[in-house]
Amino acid sequence: MSATTKTRTAPEGGPSTPSPASASAAARLLGDRRLPVLVTAGLFLAMYIGGLSRYQNYGFGEPQVFLNLFIDNSYLLVAAVGATFVIMSGGIDLSVGSLIGFTTMFTAWLVERQGLPLLLVIPLALGVGAFGGFLMGYVIHNFEIQPFIVTLAGLFLFRGLCLVISKESISISDSTVSSMAQTRVSLGLGELSIGAIVALVVLGAAFYVLHYTRFGRRVYAIGGNEQSALLMGLPLGGTKIAVYTVSGFCSALAGLLFMLYIQSGDPLHAVGMELDAIAAVVIGGTLLTGGSGYVLGTLFGVLVLGLIKSIIQFEGTLSSWWTKIATGVLLCAFILIQRAMTARKQT
Amino acid sequence: MSTPAVTTPSRWRALTHHHLFWPVAVLIALLLVNVPFTPDFFAIRMTDGHLYGSLVSIVLFGSPLILVAVGMTLVIATGGIDLSVGAVVAITGALTCSYISDQADQNALAGVFLAMGIGLVAAVLCGLWNGFLVARMGIQPIIATLIIMVAGRGVAQLITDGQIITINSEPYKLIGGGYWLTLPFSIFVVAAVVAVTIALTRRTALGLLVESVGGNAEASRLVGIRSMRIKIMVYMFCALCAGIAGLMISSNTSAADGNNAGLWIELDAILAVVIGGTSLLGGRFSIGGTVIGALVIQTLTTTIYTIGVPTQTNLVFKAAVVIVVCLLQSPKFRAKVFGARGRAAAPVTPAAPADAAPKMEVSR
Repeated sequence: MSATTKTRTAPEGGPSTPSPASASAAARLLGDRRLPVLVTAGLFLAMYIGGLSRYQNYGFGEPQVFLNLFIDNSYLLVAAVGATFVIMSGGIDLSVGSLIGFTTMFTAWLVERQGLPLLLVIPLALGVGAFGGFLMGYVIHNFEIQPFIVTLAGLFLFRGLCLVISKESISISDSTVSSMAQTRVSLGLGELSIGAIVALVVLGAAFYVLHYTRFGRRVYAIGGNEQSALLMGLPLGGTKIAVYTVSGFCSALAGLLFMLYIQSGDPLHAVGMELDAIAAVVIGGTLLTGGSGYVLGTLFGVLVLGLIKSIIQFEGTLSSWWTKIATGVLLCAFILIQRAMTARKQT
Repeated sequence: MSTPAVTTPSRWRALTHHHLFWPVAVLIALLLVNVPFTPDFFAIRMTDGHLYGSLVSIVLFGSPLILVAVGMTLVIATGGIDLSVGAVVAITGALTCSYISDQADQNALAGVFLAMGIGLVAAVLCGLWNGFLVARMGIQPIIATLIIMVAGRGVAQLITDGQIITINSEPYKLIGGGYWLTLPFSIFVVAAVVAVTIALTRRTALGLLVESVGGNAEASRLVGIRSMRIKIMVYMFCALCAGIAGLMISSNTSAADGNNAGLWIELDAILAVVIGGTSLLGGRFSIGGTVIGALVIQTLTTTIYTIGVPTQTNLVFKAAVVIVVCLLQSPKFRAKVFGARGRAAAPVTPAAPADAAPKMEVSR
């Protein structure tokens, strides 16, 4: 019953129009599903303006600083989009970071040691990632083992495979890779790297798939209530497996972007990035129980995390561990907001 | 197909259905794998009044994991999970070592005890926070504990100032690296914690309460169990265990490393709990199983070293073990594979795809 009221308020509730009954305005606001996304977007703006006023003389206001957020976090954005699918369906994927590391290692090894052309290696790496995700989804669905444990096994497996390929990092000197990494697309005000553009395309595709296709609706439905989704006759298994396949594919793509960004393969690349991805998704307002959230929120989540990093760089005196602490504090704040929202829903 | 399923006596059946059968079988199998490679694997010898041997070192190196896993078992039994233990390990080690390193006399007993006390109090506070978020605020445990998992490592690095603090304190060295009565001291610590936990959960009603909260928190509340208080207590206990493990790890190396101390120990601990047969859904638990599970993991690591497999394949092995153990524990998998086998006369065709799938899974 709460779902119906939600769908009624969501399309009409324009952000600017003040409601006539001011008493219910707060309730409406709290009930609006877009609240977490708006809060994150507001936070991002506030942080950006704060940074602007503080570091104005250091060039914080230049458009390129803003665009660098996309360039420096392109891989995280892609990984977080994949994680959004999984979390939206009520699952969790811990293998993201390992799969990213594995992809950098795999491509570096094939390109540098085996001499394969990059154009052949890219589809191969994406295929391996998607297949890994497919296998995990298959086991999760068919043997009813918790996603947490299965993807944990995936985490170990892919990190282990990295080390099997090579214990040392492989730097990539392939000319195609370096020219691709150096390519910048001018936008008038500033420029974007290929990685950032790929990430934005992935974001757009994910937005379309989640909101305008049958598959997207199934993901929401399964995350909302698996039992009812099954009773409605939705293909539970197929969707679940597909969700993990998407996540595996996104992780592999993120790995390729990371490889492009850092131009090397290392068995310890992207350790713990699954936490960043999950944190970005949560900060972006996706409910961890599944069924509610927006992929655009994930974008803002990633941007907020990226902005924390750049502010710490601009500050200069703060050390890198403040990133972790700030991420944790933000995570905590957004979880409490989510909690306040769901508590309202139940009443 | 070769096992004579029809003639097996019911005792064998009872044995294989005991909840500790699979974990113990895996442990024994892993231990036996070592024998062809190191014939004196089971030998324990006495040197300088200390016992040495592969078995002793497995328990010694596995003791922090056993501690963390025991705490984790209770949390998982209430239907929760605690991802923050690794960060708690790091925080405890960092606080204790930084306090000791500030002392004029690092060997003073009072200072060492105070330092350990500070570390453990911090650990318990972390547990209290987790418990508060999970029980009072009703946040999913994975997420609630993710906060400290992310922020805690930052806090630990903040305490150590991003450095690795090394200390030189004899009394502190005892916990993780010292010997007492010819055995490593940490074995006694682990034994004491395990004994106290078993006594508290199986000799009092506490274990029953934990299981009932895990089975159905709402129903337990309605029968009059203070499920909120039980949950908070369990998280505090888990953090305390992690804190002791943190003392052990930092004492063993005489250093506190905010970045790497206890890294991934939460995953190993959860793994140990699952191998030990505790359901991740909560509602039942087995401390003995968890201890065996932790020993399985440590034995696996040791085995990989001793049989001369390149150490970098360690993680791949671990992944394979996780998958095999989880598949064996999955009722659906057993029904698909062994169920088809039990009905020997049953049509073979449906069993074939079910058989093929797991094989592909294991060999990937």
